[in-house]
Amino acid sequence: MINKIFFIYFAIAIVTLSLVIITRKSLVHSVLFMLALFFHIAGLYLFLNAEFLALVQIIVYAGAILVLFLFVIMLLNIREDELKEQYSSFWPAGISIGIVFLIVLLRMPAFSLGIKGVWDIKSVTEATSTGAIGQVLYTEYLLPFEVASLILLIAIIGAIILAKKRFSK
Amino acid sequence: MVFPDLNPIMPELIMTALGLLLLVLELFVKEKSNHVLVALVGIAFIYFFLGYSTGVTFNGMFIADSYSRFFKYIFLICLTLSMLISIRYLEIEKSLYGEYYILLVFATLGMMIMASSGDLILLYLGLELMALSTYILAGFLRNNEKSTEAAIKYFLMGSFSSALLLYGITMLYGLTGTTDIKAISIYLSSNDTTQNYSILLAMVLFIVAFGFKIAAVPFHMWAPDVYEGAPTSVTAFMSVGPKAAGFAVLGRVFLTSFETVHLEWTLILSVLAILTMAAGNIIAISQTNIKRMLAYSSISHAGYALLGMVTGNAAGVSGMLNYLFIYAIMNLGAFAIIVMLHSEGFSGEDISDYKGLSKSHPVVSLIMLIFMFSLTGIPPTAGFIGKFYLFSALIDAGYVPLAIIALLFSVISAFFYLRIVMYMYMNDSDKEVSLSISPALGLVILATAIMVLYIGVFPQHFLIYAKTAILSI
Repeated sequence: MINKIFFIYFAIAIVTLSLVIITRKSLVHSVLFMLALFFHIAGLYLFLNAEFLALVQIIVYAGAILVLFLFVIMLLNIREDELKEQYSSFWPAGISIGIVFLIVLLRMPAFSLGIKGVWDIKSVTEATSTGAIGQVLYTEYLLPFEVASLILLIAIIGAIILAKKRFSK
Repeated sequence: MVFPDLNPIMPELIMTALGLLLLVLELFVKEKSNHVLVALVGIAFIYFFLGYSTGVTFNGMFIADSYSRFFKYIFLICLTLSMLISIRYLEIEKSLYGEYYILLVFATLGMMIMASSGDLILLYLGLELMALSTYILAGFLRNNEKSTEAAIKYFLMGSFSSALLLYGITMLYGLTGTTDIKAISIYLSSNDTTQNYSILLAMVLFIVAFGFKIAAVPFHMWAPDVYEGAPTSVTAFMSVGPKAAGFAVLGRVFLTSFETVHLEWTLILSVLAILTMAAGNIIAISQTNIKRMLAYSSISHAGYALLGMVTGNAAGVSGMLNYLFIYAIMNLGAFAIIVMLHSEGFSGEDISDYKGLSKSHPVVSLIMLIFMFSLTGIPPTAGFIGKFYLFSALIDAGYVPLAIIALLFSVISAFFYLRIVMYMYMNDSDKEVSLSISPALGLVILATAIMVLYIGVFPQHFLIYAKTAILSI
């Protein structure tokens, strides 16, 4: 029962916050609501026994990415009236696509259970979620992990190239 | 944990080492053409190792089979030719930075990982590695507004398509409990999942995401602007490499994981193929910028290649592989000539710049004529062979109306390809066009022209590769 109440609260809060984010005129307000959204998503992860994911969600998304968002918004210095004109014309198309997608998702039957891996809830709680992720990441998912490091390298190189002083030659 | 077998992944490891080596060289070696030399030696090693690396490693995540090898040859040829094309172009644009080659290498590495991935997570990461590198490459001319616009557009649209792909992957994971491409197919065929149509939703999301990568209509909106704005040498690379990589994953995922919904995706893909051929060929007619025209032409060629997927049988898929290979060669050749026409203060991108080219530069015109004939599909060029085997596979599989439609659009395409030939040979030039010729560029156009003619005349020597390639899928 208490589980259900928790879930219903988080679900409703996430959906409402998402709607609030995309309807705000002020970008800074949007970002601040997004902060609340990220905390709620982290709550949902905690609720699923994934404390590591919850922490990463808060540190990476709420901590790093949102600050980056705020920086970009402040640097761009967009006036509110400019925003309104530019994006209002896309509303009808966006809403209709969203509604169609929502209907499709609502009509979808529940997922079947599928193949069960070796990590059930019991073994995850024994190894702790952080330990379990670490073990899987450095054994079974070693290759994707390394590829991800290359992606980060490219991101760093790209940021330097694009932000380097112009006509430096 | 047993240390994984590194033999299958050797080419990728060398590629990574090459990228990192170039990154370090950038600090010490100032002469940028040396970087290209180092890169070419590295690529030669990879060509060599590619022939020997087979097998499955990293718990079935990485599959080096004949299918992935065929695509890796396409990627490597694309990388080699684009590097050779780039030297002169970057000199003219005064954008000669070593990072350019590093990004090309890592983009190719991403494609190789995509072609070999046996797991959807690895597939996604390979795709991101490729995409991130190409976004940066598209915006490499930083003081050029169009190039920056191209990069932003490509990045935004690419991010959306990545999000959709991830959504599709979660659907499949929710349905089957695994991200392994083979295991998904085994689970779906051994359990009754026909009632659960979330697999259809997952399939549609995959089609959207891959359709974006191969620039199939209606997910092609980004292609013309990005191809036009990006540096020409990058456009050459982008119109071949990421497209082929998109087809590689399309083939692997759809022929294995989505085997149970074969009928549904055949239907969707055939509609997409018709739309793609129609939009690509018809809109290309009205273009005046040659890069934009080749962008629409690239869209239409994706439509033809999709026809091979529609049949879903061995002949069709090997036809698709052949077509992608031939398209890579002839398109890179055509782009090499566009780069040749480009010189300081002269873009050479307008189609009217080709007027009377045959009088001032007869050899280059003749080679351009070969590429244009090949892109149209006129014998005895490779383009004809590619289309011939695709269409005959289509007819054998019983899709006669589809073959007729493809043939009709092929005829329409003659209009805009042959217009360039007409300009070159039948019009008088109204301005002086000076070519920027370099040994590397000359090598590229000669090699590609010879390949196009060779495949056109002796297709039997070449078709065997694609036939063996698809045996593993």
